[in-house]
Amino acid sequence: MLARLKRLLFPQLLFPGLCLVMLLHSSTGYAVLTIEINKGEVSGMPIAIVPFAMEGVSPDEQQPADIIEADLGFSGRFETIPRSSFLSAPHDLASVRFKDWRLIKSEALVVGKVINIGNAQYEIRFRLIDVFREKQLAGQKFVVSANKIRKVAHQISDIIYQELTGTMGAFDTRIAYVTVQGAEPDRQFLLRIADSDGWGAKTILESSQPILSPSWSPDGRRLAYVSFEKKRSVIFVQNLSTGQRNLLAEFQGLNSAPSWSPDGRKLALTLSKDGNPEIYIYDMASANLRRLTRHTAIDTEPSWSPDGGYIVFTSGRSGGPQIYRIAIAGGSPQRLTFSGEYNAGASFSPDGRSLVLITNQGNGYKVGIYSIQDRTIRELTTTWQDESPSFSPNGEVVMYATQQSGRNVLATVSVDGQVQQTLKFQGGSVREPAWAPFNRAL
Amino acid sequence: MMRNLPSYLIILIVGFAIAACGGRKPVPVDTEILVESVGGLAGSDAPDVSAIGLDSDDSASSSELDGSFDAEVDLSSPRVIYFGYDSSDLTPENKQIVQVHAQYLVSAPGTGIILEGHADERGTREYNLALGEDRAKTVSDFMQALGVDSSRIQTISYGEERPVSLGNDDSAWSLNRRVEILYQ
Repeated sequence: MLARLKRLLFPQLLFPGLCLVMLLHSSTGYAVLTIEINKGEVSGMPIAIVPFAMEGVSPDEQQPADIIEADLGFSGRFETIPRSSFLSAPHDLASVRFKDWRLIKSEALVVGKVINIGNAQYEIRFRLIDVFREKQLAGQKFVVSANKIRKVAHQISDIIYQELTGTMGAFDTRIAYVTVQGAEPDRQFLLRIADSDGWGAKTILESSQPILSPSWSPDGRRLAYVSFEKKRSVIFVQNLSTGQRNLLAEFQGLNSAPSWSPDGRKLALTLSKDGNPEIYIYDMASANLRRLTRHTAIDTEPSWSPDGGYIVFTSGRSGGPQIYRIAIAGGSPQRLTFSGEYNAGASFSPDGRSLVLITNQGNGYKVGIYSIQDRTIRELTTTWQDESPSFSPNGEVVMYATQQSGRNVLATVSVDGQVQQTLKFQGGSVREPAWAPFNRAL
Repeated sequence: MMRNLPSYLIILIVGFAIAACGGRKPVPVDTEILVESVGGLAGSDAPDVSAIGLDSDDSASSSELDGSFDAEVDLSSPRVIYFGYDSSDLTPENKQIVQVHAQYLVSAPGTGIILEGHADERGTREYNLALGEDRAKTVSDFMQALGVDSSRIQTISYGEERPVSLGNDDSAWSLNRRVEILYQ
């Protein structure tokens, strides 16, 4: 009944598969970014985000409401009400006519302003309002330069998300990924850092050889990655603010799959120096290297549990790749996955209760969620050549690489599988996404 | 091995190596072509890397020469070994191919090889990197069993990063699951 009423009020929601395409021009990069959103059942809390008043601000500047609307809409937890149905456009609490918002069934309302206060500084104010209880839930004032308006908008999205869902928002976060341009023998690999919505990309490494497996340090200041610049796989750690690099592992054979411990003091990695690919723990302070696995089959793709007590990894010891768990102290590994011929590339959710992985249950390589308690795998995606899944730091969304129309793209999917989003970067293919930890600084 | 040497030195070493093993078995190599190909490798294949800090425009860069080149062993013998899906096992035919190279290596002590392992694009990049390594190691182990000294074999895995066929089907994937035998 309620659903039918909603459909009468919002005819655009008649189609269960809502598909939007946005073409966004990045101000900092050459790349044009296309975002395609595919929603299953449209659900979630109805929220109205009124375009902010822009006082003394160039029309070229970002409208924060656009960014907040995109953030909340993509999350799958909100239903953003189209602006065409708004009956008024308030910018502060005093001018809100609550019946205007009750009439269009908006449960929450966001209003705000951007004011040019001189010296290239902008004051950004916002308020989150509960329409039915007619009271303010959150409000904040920021003073920033123009290039931080996007970041502030993401932080506002985070505040709204936390206030209304009880979970920390992860909109003001970053991702690392690799782009590849050109064809052999003139390929160009770029390791890049961007906002989690793909904006503001900056290159931190250029190479003519493959770059793989970026892994963030828990403080978000360093990246470990695999580079083939020495004509074979070696592991570097790069300080993001200075660009300084340390060659961490250059043993004979394979040096790959770096993964930071939650305390930032150790790296798990895969080396084949003692015969075949095995997992080792490298202590950053002492440079001590300890072997963790011993098997004639492949052991690789280590990833730490959030409490630092365990590592999950991929092993071919049963005949095909499956996920195993081993205590950091060592001992015999325990096999976790039994369903599907191929399970690999697992990493823990921030709460430690599930793993995201690549699974083949007989119909392609898809992103799946493994429940530690239920010991079951649930497929999340409809694509079939998925790779490199990575949880958002709040555990609500997974970013991964996949193929669409023969191109490598990055995509996100909400953990309930309902909202899927594709980020298409123009020129070259995109791969190896890694979602950065929370970073609250402005 | 020959990294960071100026290209003229590599040419000298190459020339010396050819002269040194020229007395035994006729190795059909052309010095001029080798010199050119070494130059070509250095020009087109030298890695070009630069790291950029987010806070500054400073960039570190490095470049190096690659000393490898491909000597002609026997034009008729295949130099690529193909594998089944998620497998590092050698078929009887593949064992024969490896045997031909192993015999040559035993007869030509000055020669070294690189075994370059590859995987098809399906599945995760890191598992495929390990799979390529496993395939190269399998070939290496078999060659050692046939009497080739381990010091003459180098294994490298590129995983799924260097496909020879860019297609998205079984025929392309089967071409990409391979170990390439590269003479140094």
